[in-house]
Amino acid sequence: MTRIDTIPADGTTAVTVRGLVKHYGATKALDGVDLDVREGTVLGVLGPNGAGKTTLVRCLSTLILPDAGTAVVAGYDVVRQPRQLRRTIGLTGQYASVDEKLAGWENLYMIGRLLDLSRTAARRRADELLERFSLTEAAKRPVLQYSGGMRRRLDLAASMIGRPSVLYLDEPTTGLDPRTRNEVWAEVKRMVAEGVTVLLTTQYMEEAEQLASELTVIDRGRVVAGGKVDELKARVGGRTLEIRPTDSGQLTEMARALSETGLDGVAGSQIHDGMLFVPILADEQLTAVIGLLGARGFDIAHIGTHLPSLDEVFLAITGEKSSEQADGTHHDADDAQLKGAAA
Amino acid sequence: MSTATTTKTAELPEPTPPSTTRTGKSGPAVADEGRIGVRANLRHIGALARRNALQIKQDPESMFDVLLMPIVFTLLFVFVFGGAVAGKGNQSEYVSYLVPGLMAMMGLNVSMAVGSGINEDFQKGVMDRFRTMPIARSSVLIAKIVVEIGRMMIAFAILLIVGFILGLSIETSALEVLAAIGLSLLFGASLMWIFILIGLSVKTAQAVQGVGIVVLMPLQFGSSIFTPPTTMPGWLQTFTDYNPLSNLADAARGLFIGGPVAHDLLMTLAWSAVITLATAPIAVAKFRKKT
Repeated sequence: MTRIDTIPADGTTAVTVRGLVKHYGATKALDGVDLDVREGTVLGVLGPNGAGKTTLVRCLSTLILPDAGTAVVAGYDVVRQPRQLRRTIGLTGQYASVDEKLAGWENLYMIGRLLDLSRTAARRRADELLERFSLTEAAKRPVLQYSGGMRRRLDLAASMIGRPSVLYLDEPTTGLDPRTRNEVWAEVKRMVAEGVTVLLTTQYMEEAEQLASELTVIDRGRVVAGGKVDELKARVGGRTLEIRPTDSGQLTEMARALSETGLDGVAGSQIHDGMLFVPILADEQLTAVIGLLGARGFDIAHIGTHLPSLDEVFLAITGEKSSEQADGTHHDADDAQLKGAAA
Repeated sequence: MSTATTTKTAELPEPTPPSTTRTGKSGPAVADEGRIGVRANLRHIGALARRNALQIKQDPESMFDVLLMPIVFTLLFVFVFGGAVAGKGNQSEYVSYLVPGLMAMMGLNVSMAVGSGINEDFQKGVMDRFRTMPIARSSVLIAKIVVEIGRMMIAFAILLIVGFILGLSIETSALEVLAAIGLSLLFGASLMWIFILIGLSVKTAQAVQGVGIVVLMPLQFGSSIFTPPTTMPGWLQTFTDYNPLSNLADAARGLFIGGPVAHDLLMTLAWSAVITLATAPIAVAKFRKKT
């Protein structure tokens, strides 16, 4: 069941974890985790609450000591060289790790000074990062008055001050609204474009798909799957198009019409709950399917697409339910777009 | 896990020499092993102390203890107990007895705040940030102590002003008064390590206050701060004799109004050293390990 990539021969691995174990009493938060992050890429660590994602990040950022196993980040051993390691990493957690009582600028200036920048350099870097993260206007306001998204952006800015080569993002968009989430994603993409290696933990398949090139799925402290995002998606299945005809009597007729087109995967359509579910492998298929249904004169009452939820991913990969049921990702935005296209 | 400590260093697949794999694109040059030099350490303490001071600016109410305690306690003790202790109409005589001793009490109360402050920091994510940075972990604690000493100095200044208004008389020189203040600050700083330790051990900031009060009340009142112990029962006199707050109060009093101070001064210095040496290493170790 477990698939572990071996270390690439060219040695461009920024993070190497082997057999990492961390127990809290009887709870095995990490139960022998292996993973690699290639330099300059994003590894998504996907898993439900309590899977061990945060424990993993805390071990790799020297906040806790593992009980067994090894982890080497940017060439430094997590257990034996924590001081050197701290110079090369940045951490943005689920909870803003900035001082709420201080102004945004003061937070960044303080971190600059703690990273041994001169006063002038720390000042310049604080200004520069506030500008980049669109926080210049809020620079002098205490973080307590910031919105959730502003806090998360400040947190990212704080992690960037030391120009880390490896950045840990622990559920960076949990609790954010969709618009703010997109802003955070855009910033992360920008950092990666600048050559930062990112280890990202997330509960959302969509986030992993947006940001990561490779994925490690963990559950109950163990790696249950790993590989390129595209490979995993191929195993799990991509998006599903759901269609409800105005007249539910037309369901089977619709399914037959689609299967006759010979489009890849469309033959695997299923009918349940008064809806037709069509597997979609590429965007063109969406247009083709909707165009065809329109041309045949079917009346459509509802249309939408959804990505596999974390639970569907687990089900597809392991044939088991994850340790915690997570919500599926449903896209109202996609709904609206398709309705427009169909009309 | 019994295997915990034995396995973690045993099996590194291929020990990579950091100098070759490290890209070296971030941060200024540092000494080998990532040790933090004295100057860098002072800079870190400075940056963190600035943070603590800015927190006060944002939350001025946190200064109430320092600003009001010296006024309220001095007025209360002088006018409620002063007559009974020194005789009716002799309140000003009691002021000169009380005020040097009150420095010991203020020091104790202010130092308690450092415990709840540390505890609060741990409830917030900011401590994770500090602990993933290349700074000595003790610098976070020392910065806190530096700012609390500053707060203590403000409390002492207010105490002396109130004292002078109520008739405090100093029979010695400015040098000796400064020595008394310095001694009180030193002792207060050593107490902070105890409260840091408590702050790191209990779950909430309120619990720090609770534990603190239980320890503070008997120590404060079972001392020579408020009255000379001569009227106390024998067993209590023994307690007050060994109470470090009595030593500090008596030493400060001697330095304000004259009289023999050598014994109490040395005792206070010894107490400060013992408390610091006994609790600071434990507090720093606990701080490092806390998750």
